[in-house]
Amino acid sequence: MALERFTKDHEYVRLDGDIATIGITKHAEGQLGDIVFVELPEVGRKVDVGEAIAVVESVKAASDVFAPIAGDVVAVNEALTDSPALVNEDAEGQAWFFKIKIADPASVEDLLDRAAYDAFVAENG
Amino acid sequence: MTATPTDALVPLTRTPLFDHHVAAGAKMVPFAGYEMPVQYPMGVLKEHLWTREKAGLFDVSHMGQAYLVSADKKHETAAAFLERFVPADMIGLGPRQQRYTQLLNEDGGIIDDLMVTALDPARHPGVLMLVVNASRKDVDFAILAAAADQTKSIRLVPNRQYALIALQGPAANAVLTAMAPAAAAIPFMHGERIDIGGIAAHVSRSGYTGEDGFEISVLASDVADLWSRLAADDRVQPIGLGARDSLRLEAGLSLYGHELDETTSPIEAGLAWSIQKRRRSDGGFPGADRIRRELSDGPRRKRVGIQPEGRAPARDGTEILSENGDKIGVVTSGGFGPSVGGPIAMGYVAAQHASPGTPLNLMVRGKPLPARVVALPFIPHRFRRQPDAS
Repeated sequence: MALERFTKDHEYVRLDGDIATIGITKHAEGQLGDIVFVELPEVGRKVDVGEAIAVVESVKAASDVFAPIAGDVVAVNEALTDSPALVNEDAEGQAWFFKIKIADPASVEDLLDRAAYDAFVAENG
Repeated sequence: MTATPTDALVPLTRTPLFDHHVAAGAKMVPFAGYEMPVQYPMGVLKEHLWTREKAGLFDVSHMGQAYLVSADKKHETAAAFLERFVPADMIGLGPRQQRYTQLLNEDGGIIDDLMVTALDPARHPGVLMLVVNASRKDVDFAILAAAADQTKSIRLVPNRQYALIALQGPAANAVLTAMAPAAAAIPFMHGERIDIGGIAAHVSRSGYTGEDGFEISVLASDVADLWSRLAADDRVQPIGLGARDSLRLEAGLSLYGHELDETTSPIEAGLAWSIQKRRRSDGGFPGADRIRRELSDGPRRKRVGIQPEGRAPARDGTEILSENGDKIGVVTSGGFGPSVGGPIAMGYVAAQHASPGTPLNLMVRGKPLPARVVALPFIPHRFRRQPDAS
C-alpha cells in the first residue's frame, strides 16, 4: 500500500516507489469553496521543498500550492485545467495536481501522517 | 472580495439576522466592522446562479440608513441641502422616486456612493431616505450632520433601528407580491411604504445584482420574522456576500473601495448618467469644475470591463499593460463570473485604451495574461422598468 502523508499547507503526498502524487486535501477544498482555475507546473521542472509551483483559485481567492518535497515534476493532471471543479468533486482522488520523482524518498516520512494531519486541522480549523 | 480593514480591537457588530445566518450554516466573516455571511452551505457559485435563475435573499443590514428631514416639511429644502454634496438632481426627484448618486469631495473624488429616495409626501413630507455603504457611513453621516447643524432647517436622522434586506432575481417580484400585492406596482427606482403580511416596510425596486428585485427596510425587531417568511418560499435561498460580489461584478456595478474612492471622479467611473442636465450646466456641487471639464474634454482614465483570455482570473490590484508593455492601469475587481462561465474583471485604463475590443495584458503572477476591453455589463441587466399593468 502506498505511503500517504500530509503537509500543514493542506496537501497530500502519496508515495509509490519514488513517485509522489500530490494534491490538496478535502479539507482544503472545503475551505476554498468552488474552484474555478488551476495552474500547474511544467513537466520537467526541478523543485525545492516549499516552492510555490501551482495555483488554485476559488471564486473567492487565489492560493499557492507548494512542493512538499524536492524532486522533478514528472506529470501534471491536465484534466484540472479544463475542469477545475473536479477538485471540489474528488480532491483526494481523481483531482491530483502533479507527480514528483523525489530525490530522497525517506524525506516523505517526515511529513504528517493521517492522524497527525487530522489533529492539525482540528486544532487550526 | 476584500473586507474593509477593521481594527481588531473593535468588536464586530452583528446584524439582527446573525443567529439566522449561523443556524443556516453560513460562514461568517468580518466585513466593514460587521460579522457577515460570506456564503451559505450552497456555496458562492450556486448561490450566484440561483439568484440569476430564481430569487436570492441578502442581509444588507450593515449598510447605513438615514433620513434627511426638512424642518419646513418641503421636499425642496432637503433636496437643495443634499445637492450641495452630490451631483445628481435631487430637487427634481419626484415623490417616491429613487436616485443613485455620489457624495463628492472638493476635488470631485467620491467620498461614497448612495441611493436617495424622496419619501411619500403624504406620509413623510420633506424627507429624503439615504442608503450608504457600511464602510463609509460614519464618514458620510458626520459630513451631512455637521452641515445640517449649521442650517437649522435640516436634520440628519440615522436610522439605526432599521434592518435592510434585499430580494433579487427573476422570481423576486412573484415571491414578494404573493405576500404584499402592493409591491407589484412599485416601479423600478421607486420606493414606497407598504405592508408585508402585517409588517410595515419601506420597499424600493432596486438592487445590486442586475436583476429585478427589491430592497426592504424594516424595523430590526421585525426583520427575522420577515426573513423567515421570505426564505420559506421554495424559490428563495439566502445568499452571502461572496455571490453578492460576483453578481454585481457581472452586472458592471461599482463597489466602493474598489472602483470608487476619493481620487476617482464619477466621470472616470462611468457614472455620468447619474448627473442630470441641470446639475451639469449649473454646477454647485463639490468638484464641479473637474467634473464639468471631464464631461466636455473626457477623463484621463476610464473604468472598463475586462475579459481575460483563458481561465485564469485577474484579481484586484493586477497591473494592466498595453500591447506594447506600457503600464496603463490597474484591475479594481476581478474574479470568476459564474453566469459568464469564465474570468471577468473591471479596472481603470488610460482613456485612449478604453474602447471595447482594445487588447491588453494583465500581469498575473509575473506573466502577461492576454485580455481585452469589453462593454459593461457582462450580463445584460434585467431590471423591470414597467410595473404590472393591473
